[in-house]
Amino acid sequence: MRHEVIEKNMGLMIILIVVAISFGALVEIIPLFFMKQTTQPVENLRPLTALELEGRDIYQREGCLSCHTQMIRPFRAETERYGPYSVAGESVYDHPFLWGSKRTGPDLARVGQRYSDEWHRAHLYNPRDVVPESNMPGFPWLFENKIDGNDTANKMSALRMVGVPYTDEQIANAKTDVRGEREIDALVAYLQQLGTVIER
Amino acid sequence: MNELTSFWSGWIIVISLGSILGSFVLLSIVRKGQRFNSETTQTVGHEFDGIEEYDNPLPRWWYWMFVLTVIFALGYLTLYPGLGNFKGVLGWSQESAYDREVAKAEAEFGPMFAQFSQTPIEELAQNDQAMRIGQRLFANNCAQCHGSAATGSYGFPNLTDNDWLYGGDAAAISQTILNGRIAAMPAWGAILGEDGIHNVSQYVLSLSGRESDAQAAQQGQQLYNTNCIACHGAEAKGNHLFGAPNLTDNIWLYGGSEQQIMQTIRNGRNGQMPAWEGILGKDKAHVVAGYVYSLSNQ
Repeated sequence: MRHEVIEKNMGLMIILIVVAISFGALVEIIPLFFMKQTTQPVENLRPLTALELEGRDIYQREGCLSCHTQMIRPFRAETERYGPYSVAGESVYDHPFLWGSKRTGPDLARVGQRYSDEWHRAHLYNPRDVVPESNMPGFPWLFENKIDGNDTANKMSALRMVGVPYTDEQIANAKTDVRGEREIDALVAYLQQLGTVIER
Repeated sequence: MNELTSFWSGWIIVISLGSILGSFVLLSIVRKGQRFNSETTQTVGHEFDGIEEYDNPLPRWWYWMFVLTVIFALGYLTLYPGLGNFKGVLGWSQESAYDREVAKAEAEFGPMFAQFSQTPIEELAQNDQAMRIGQRLFANNCAQCHGSAATGSYGFPNLTDNDWLYGGDAAAISQTILNGRIAAMPAWGAILGEDGIHNVSQYVLSLSGRESDAQAAQQGQQLYNTNCIACHGAEAKGNHLFGAPNLTDNIWLYGGSEQQIMQTIRNGRNGQMPAWEGILGKDKAHVVAGYVYSLSNQ
């Protein structure tokens, strides 16, 4: 084989490397785009409301997913602790998905309705007020910051372009739905709906 | 629903097997037909800073390692799912593996929980094994609000002091865990006004023998008798039916300072205990109820 032909032609080498490493993606990723199990929402799945959507963005902004996963794996040890394992159809409206990959804190895939709103507020203000052993940071500024809602409708339109079925009405009302709400209330609204679609 | 179309199934099979075959072909080609142990003095022809490279074949052990990976890959793809819709001859799937794991645990622990569920809560609280399990369940599900020692915190009741909002007998505890509770202390700010709130708070302070302004407390008592008595009772001992706390025992869910009492009266309180039947199931909730019962009834 003429190694030299490839090794001395950068353009050719780049093309061949891309071809070589693309096989994994071609086999493991592309077919999933055409598999109903991964593209169809589970029954009763609904798009997030404007307030929940803003909460989701706060969840991302504050980096919650560096410490919390939203992915219950199919092992008994996990389902005993967190509830039924996660399925792909629950995440079809998530762009990007927030499955995470590391648990410093517990998984949050089914945290919705598990604790009261008041607990979430107390806990997010200062986790040690309710869980003295906790090493989670507090997020007191969420209680002061207000959402202006200027971008909410645009976010929903963008999500609709990638397949989240928002109605015109939801998008039109987005700004008035969230304007002036405290960030903490948006985040708690988001947390309280997590994983509530699947029957326990 | 889990099936791929035959096109995509074929796509995966062709590329996967093609890649394995291609790797093997590449491996064979670069050996250049040289014999295993025939070392050569021929070089590959390039030279950098006086360093040249012999054109030797792969060492034999190394070659066989590559061959082994090919054999492993083919064996794996035969036994386990991987090639499109082919399920593998073992029929393994993560769902069935999970179901087996759960069934095994059910066979082991099911009879024990069944026995626990037949045992009255008062009796269960004396069962060491049940209480160890109950303690773990409590730590996992309840400690977030009530604390790992069950001593509660601001707004979340202490479960160890034998002071109960909704009753501390076995049936009431069980009911609270299974169905949850929503407290309904209304906001009295608009009705009582700031003076009224001050007076009632002085009366509430006096109820538990705390220092208070006697005159204001007397006026507060009148307001108490018209507004608060329905839930908290004539003797202010509370009412388990409404989750109305006893105001005479100096145990405070939302703090017992004058300011905190005024805050409670002004804005109301709506503490919420979530319902756990759907999450824990009846049998585990029963064990947790036994554990909570045991905390106040040693």
